[in-house]
Amino acid sequence: MNLNPAIPRDLLLSLLPELVLTGWALVLLLFVAWRHRTVRDLRIAGWLTLLALVSTAIAIWWLWWNRAGVRGVVSMIAADDFRWVADWVFVGAATLTVLISFTYLEREELLAPEYHVLLLFGTLGMMLMAAGADLIVIFLALELMSVAVYVLGGFDRRRARSAEAALKYFLLGAFASGFLLYGIALVYGATGTTNLILIGAQLSSAVRPSAMLLAGLALLIVGFGFKIAAVPFHMWAPDVYDGAPTPITAFMATGVKAAAFAALFRVMYQAFAAVPAWHEIMWWLAVITMSGGNLFALGQRSVKRMLAYSSVAHAGYVLVAVTAGGVAGTSAFLVYIVAYTLMSLGAFAVLIAKGRAGESDVTIDDLSGLAARRPWLAFALAVCMLSLLGFPGTAGFIGKWYILIAATSAGQNTLAAILVLTSVVSAGYYLPVIMAMYMKPEPIEAAHVDVRLDRWARAAVAVVVVGLLLFGVWPNRLFDLARSAGDSVHAVGTTTAAP
Amino acid sequence: MYARWVLTALLAWPLITGVVVLLLPARLAKYVALAASVIEFAISVPLWWTFVPDGGMQFIVDHAWIAAWGIHYTVGVDGISLFLVLLTTFLMPLSILGSWSYITKREGGFYALLLVLTTGMIGVFVSLDLFLFYVMWEVMLIPMYFIIGVWGGDNRLYAAIKFFIYTFFGSLLMLVAIIVLYVHAGRATGVYSFAYAHLLSNAKDLGPVAWWLFGAFFLAFAIKVPLFPLHTWLPDAHVEAPTAGSVILAGILLKMGTYGFLRFALPFFPAVALSQTVQLVIVILSLIGIIYGGLVAMVQPDFKKLIAYSSVAHLGFVMLGIWALTLQSVQGALLVMINHGISTGALFFLVGMIYERRHSRLIAAYGGIARVVPLFAAILTVVSLSSIALPGTNGFVGEFLVLLGSFRTYPIATTLATTGVIVAAAYLLTALQRVIYNPLTQHENEKLTDLTPREIAVLVPLLVGILWIGIYPKPLLRRMEPSARALIEQLKPGTVQAPPAGAGAGAGGGQQ
Repeated sequence: MNLNPAIPRDLLLSLLPELVLTGWALVLLLFVAWRHRTVRDLRIAGWLTLLALVSTAIAIWWLWWNRAGVRGVVSMIAADDFRWVADWVFVGAATLTVLISFTYLEREELLAPEYHVLLLFGTLGMMLMAAGADLIVIFLALELMSVAVYVLGGFDRRRARSAEAALKYFLLGAFASGFLLYGIALVYGATGTTNLILIGAQLSSAVRPSAMLLAGLALLIVGFGFKIAAVPFHMWAPDVYDGAPTPITAFMATGVKAAAFAALFRVMYQAFAAVPAWHEIMWWLAVITMSGGNLFALGQRSVKRMLAYSSVAHAGYVLVAVTAGGVAGTSAFLVYIVAYTLMSLGAFAVLIAKGRAGESDVTIDDLSGLAARRPWLAFALAVCMLSLLGFPGTAGFIGKWYILIAATSAGQNTLAAILVLTSVVSAGYYLPVIMAMYMKPEPIEAAHVDVRLDRWARAAVAVVVVGLLLFGVWPNRLFDLARSAGDSVHAVGTTTAAP
Repeated sequence: MYARWVLTALLAWPLITGVVVLLLPARLAKYVALAASVIEFAISVPLWWTFVPDGGMQFIVDHAWIAAWGIHYTVGVDGISLFLVLLTTFLMPLSILGSWSYITKREGGFYALLLVLTTGMIGVFVSLDLFLFYVMWEVMLIPMYFIIGVWGGDNRLYAAIKFFIYTFFGSLLMLVAIIVLYVHAGRATGVYSFAYAHLLSNAKDLGPVAWWLFGAFFLAFAIKVPLFPLHTWLPDAHVEAPTAGSVILAGILLKMGTYGFLRFALPFFPAVALSQTVQLVIVILSLIGIIYGGLVAMVQPDFKKLIAYSSVAHLGFVMLGIWALTLQSVQGALLVMINHGISTGALFFLVGMIYERRHSRLIAAYGGIARVVPLFAAILTVVSLSSIALPGTNGFVGEFLVLLGSFRTYPIATTLATTGVIVAAAYLLTALQRVIYNPLTQHENEKLTDLTPREIAVLVPLLVGILWIGIYPKPLLRRMEPSARALIEQLKPGTVQAPPAGAGAGAGGGQQ
């Protein structure tokens, strides 16, 4: 199905998932305007959210199934496999977040169903980011996503740390948006367009990129660097991740980051593929992000902070895929982000079961003896940790393997070696979690008695564990999907750049 | 028919039964696990007869796994891996039986992990696809980590994480090297595949990259062997692990390193591996291992640590024999690998048995117990003598062949290595004397009970192995020879003498 965005019907069709989600979000908004007092209202809002996400996923599936695509036409909206796969990741991350939020919100007495509305708007922003084929669309989508997540970060408004997180995230995020916008302005000044494909076509014919363009590109990288929490733009991440309500932390670490990376891939490879300068910048960014993230994480005692720094490290691994580029790099990113979304959400979900009052005070030692009391929870967390470590048999390994193949195919052997060496460092903080759960005794008899998940969160964790193990052993379908998605990003760049 | 399913069965059976054991009530765990491992051994035994010594891979199974990357499930054995597979299936039932009363908490988990570990170990030895090999190589790390960390001694957490991080560090670099080889072979031929044969035939024209790749493989395997100075994880892990863990660590896990050299590092990068520099480095490190390992073993107050350091020395012989690359030395190295598994395994069992009674591993805590536990003393003596390489025991055949074969290639180094045998006699005989002879001074030792029938059942198969290989090693040598010959022919064409007509036994036949 070839869509021509000049025709209104086709334009609406190409935005079908976003429209479905917007519709649901408005319905939910109306609902919570009247019903926002009791636990029951909150639950209904949660179920409506799940319904919204499922129907969005079906809309995405329908477009994917019909091979909907905007081909041969310059458009503000891209419709390709890359977008559909990325959308599924966002919707999946949001769904898992809703599932682990049910009891959390009740337990922490955050009885405000607006939580779910914001979650939907955040997801909408992410989906538009992956869809944007124009810098302006990407910027607007980024703002839509960010504003929703700023509020969600400070949702636990009675706790100072949550408020601190929101404020920090908002200030630094606004700053980053400024960088991004200024970068877009400079790129527009240099090329006269904000459309990615038109920029790409211009640059591939230009002899040398102008200084203004390079400055714009640098600012864009800084802007994206903030959103993906790459070192040295990661300063906000630990505090924000630590202070935000834990399901939101999980959502930020997976969905927000995935969306920023998806947009980054599109911008870099559809618009700036012909500019060589940024490859080296990405190389260094990847190296310091991997080393920095892993080394900082090594020093953390609090599990939540450790996971926050580890998410910085994982951004570094994905940056290796960005540096490697090509179809392999793009597909590797998608496979990795699927794996990372699963394992990170799983780890946060188990943390929610253990923690109270924001979880920031759960240290690794607090998990001591969990395996004896709650063997399945401990098993789930162990699988997530091994997957984060990149251990064979789990999806995390498959993702890392793919990134390594992409890097070596691009001739980046040194980068591949640095990736694995920094992964060794990560064993120094993932293993102690397993060690505490399985090899240390319970500190007191009843330490883990009230550690439990409700049935929704249990379903989420089960999905995560099954997914991690399944993709770890049988990733064939995932590869095919990622492969065609990777192809679709690069095909656009080459076909339209040719004339 | 048997040839088509045997290796898959050997890999799948322990994994399935491992899960079953985990789900069963803990009190049944050891019975089911023992039965499972005995069946596993029974499945593997016909390999011995059906194996045709022709130097090639046999029992090959090949299925596509992840087609997009050319990853296959390919397994097979040749004369090099056959005995390592058999050693694994042979030691597993004994390890389970040896843990019978030693493991008292979380039994289900322990025996399940032992079974999963079996899959990993056999997988390493039979994989003919480098992806599969890498997965298996890492997979066996987790069960061992848990076995040391959960059921180990007082300092188990430190030992477990040290073991894990050392191995993980080496293997991740190997992972990058495998992928670089894969991309290189793919570029050269247009076929992207992790198949062993494919990568082997296309691992040329690498230029200086070959040095880095060899370095990565070297590091992974040298840590596992372990070669001096990468051996420091070993004493900790061996000492802290429960008996079964120590037996498997010494008996099988260390062999993965030497196996890796034989199967991957040498054939892939012969030019680098046999360059003057690398030869010199490896021979010197092996020599240091042999002599230094022996000397350090001599001063250990802890019996388990003594055995651990003696492993460093034994594996030094293996490395020397592999790098000397003569028919005798390679066969000898293979034989030392088997012998070390049997003798050191038996030593660890014996130490474990006496530890269960007395709760001390210190040599000084014993003395004169031969009168109290005569059977234990007799078996310990025989096993120690085999570890020292007394003629008539298995240790002698292996080490003698290594020394004989290596002398042609490295005369000086081999002469020095011979002192290692003397050092071994010094530390083991001293320890033996202090433990079972000398006057009985400590009252706690007067009430020690002798070996139970279960313990005798653990030790008798090992004793049979010790004497059988010591007296009549020909069946083993005959099966190893064609593969060893093929390996040397591939690395140093034209250096192996033609096989003596009719006598397939080759060099080893006349040793007894």
